[in-house]
Amino acid sequence: MNEQHIRLPEGSIEKTTTTLNLGPTHPATHGVMQNILELDGERVVSTEQTIGYIHRAFEKLAERRPLYQITTLTDRLNYCSSPINNMGWHLTCEKLLGVQTPKRVDYLRVIIMELARISDHLICNSIVGVDAGAYTGFLYVMQYRELIYEIYEEVCGARLTTNMGRIGGFERNFSNTAFEKIEKFLKEYPKVLQEFEDLFIRNRIFMDRTQGTGGISAERALNYGFTGPNLRAAGVDYDLRVQQPYSSYEDFQFNIPVGTTGDNYDRWLVRQREMWESLSIIDQAYRKVQDFKGKEAEVYHADAPAYYLPAKADVYTKMEALIYHFKIVMGETEIPKGEVYQAVEGGNGELGFYLISDGGRTPYRLHFRRPCFVYYQAYEELIKGSMLSDAIMTMSSLNLIAGELDA
Amino acid sequence: MNMNLSNEYVQQRLVEKFGDQVHSFEEPYGMLTFEAPKELNLKVLNFLFDDVHLQYRFLTDLTGVHYPDQAGRELAVVYHLHNLSAKHRIRFKVFTDIQTPDVYTATGLFATANWMERETFDFYGVNFVGHPNLKRILNVEEMDYFPLRKEFPLEDQTRIDKDDAMFGRG
Repeated sequence: MNEQHIRLPEGSIEKTTTTLNLGPTHPATHGVMQNILELDGERVVSTEQTIGYIHRAFEKLAERRPLYQITTLTDRLNYCSSPINNMGWHLTCEKLLGVQTPKRVDYLRVIIMELARISDHLICNSIVGVDAGAYTGFLYVMQYRELIYEIYEEVCGARLTTNMGRIGGFERNFSNTAFEKIEKFLKEYPKVLQEFEDLFIRNRIFMDRTQGTGGISAERALNYGFTGPNLRAAGVDYDLRVQQPYSSYEDFQFNIPVGTTGDNYDRWLVRQREMWESLSIIDQAYRKVQDFKGKEAEVYHADAPAYYLPAKADVYTKMEALIYHFKIVMGETEIPKGEVYQAVEGGNGELGFYLISDGGRTPYRLHFRRPCFVYYQAYEELIKGSMLSDAIMTMSSLNLIAGELDA
Repeated sequence: MNMNLSNEYVQQRLVEKFGDQVHSFEEPYGMLTFEAPKELNLKVLNFLFDDVHLQYRFLTDLTGVHYPDQAGRELAVVYHLHNLSAKHRIRFKVFTDIQTPDVYTATGLFATANWMERETFDFYGVNFVGHPNLKRILNVEEMDYFPLRKEFPLEDQTRIDKDDAMFGRG
């Protein structure tokens, strides 16, 4: 780093560094964010991250919306794994309202959340490959992200911004097609994941590009508030699914993969390993769901009439159902006074919802703890002194999602 | 190292250290929540960080809340702290008046507080004294108000004085 890479004639007053604007719309940023890099030759001297290009004031909007209308806002945080955000929001509401979800709902949610985690990690890991010049893996695994999106579609009708589930459960039971597709995924995906992994894991070029770049120590990572795969890659086994289980995660057997150096290679490996663990969780959850028999196998929501929409047939025939339907849709239900913090293990780490209710119909204050926003500030420390091309790899291996950065 | 932190224990330690300066202990939905004067925020955070039995070394979240009706304590800064090994979370609040919303920065303790405080400044105008780079983060720098304060209501969704034709409807 001490060596000056750009040499100017003696006595020159020109500056010896180059300023480079990376973003806000640049193919390498994979989202709308800007980096003003100060380069000495190809080495990064300093950087300033500018964010907020797609800030949509969700926290303000949420102050005027009844709880169920906020789900659509959460979709647009980390849009690579929207169902996790949706479920996290429902869990927050259920905690505030004291709604107990049945086991079958929990397991169905686990299936969906783990599918979302796979699709999130799949994008991140294959994009790291793309930035290293390996496009094939990315195109290949897209087929299986597509299959995951088809499952979402079968469950809720949407693909990307899913608005999936309701307070207390799901809007409808999973169809047979949904289960068939999950089965298909469980059967076919392991082979593809293995093949994808083999393309990279001991690939000399990939290892040279990722090992020893963008590393962070466990201590710094904790101080920077890292969570999720990025923290685990640095060697801290903090995973909310184990630490503070929600949605019956305590019923499942799985491992928490950790790395040692926190560099790009470790982050890639941790995400890769987590996909295997997620597959195993989906498999266990799918079996558990199949074990429900008779009436129990029909359960897909909790009994929470004041917040869960009644069946349409009842709305037309029963007075009470009609009233509830109207009150829910018009957002005229008073929510209890209280203060809740609920976090879920999102694709990028701890996705927290801090909700304050003053007893009105909408939240008094809602704050999203977005993992991306929290760890992106470490970017300068991660790339200082490294090559520009490594800086780009580091950006994609952190899995920065502009929607989650800006909220 | 204390692996079994309980709300009672943390409260007892805080009261031993700070006396009645820490107050308003509550446990909404099981999370210990308390308040301290804003001048003491760093002392309390430091104590929670350094004390061998407490070790709240992970700042999960830092955010602001606006209570326009509480004269003299309109703005709250809320810290969510986490002891990862004891799996225990606590919530700590300081209140400040809106005329001089000065609160000491926590960036010396937690690197992560940097952007969180910038966000809180951006939306509520809390002035974090000693912050290395306190400027707007999500909004444009020319903005001259703090949009999440309650005096800026969202548009009434039921208003009828708008011409629907101008919005592609009707």
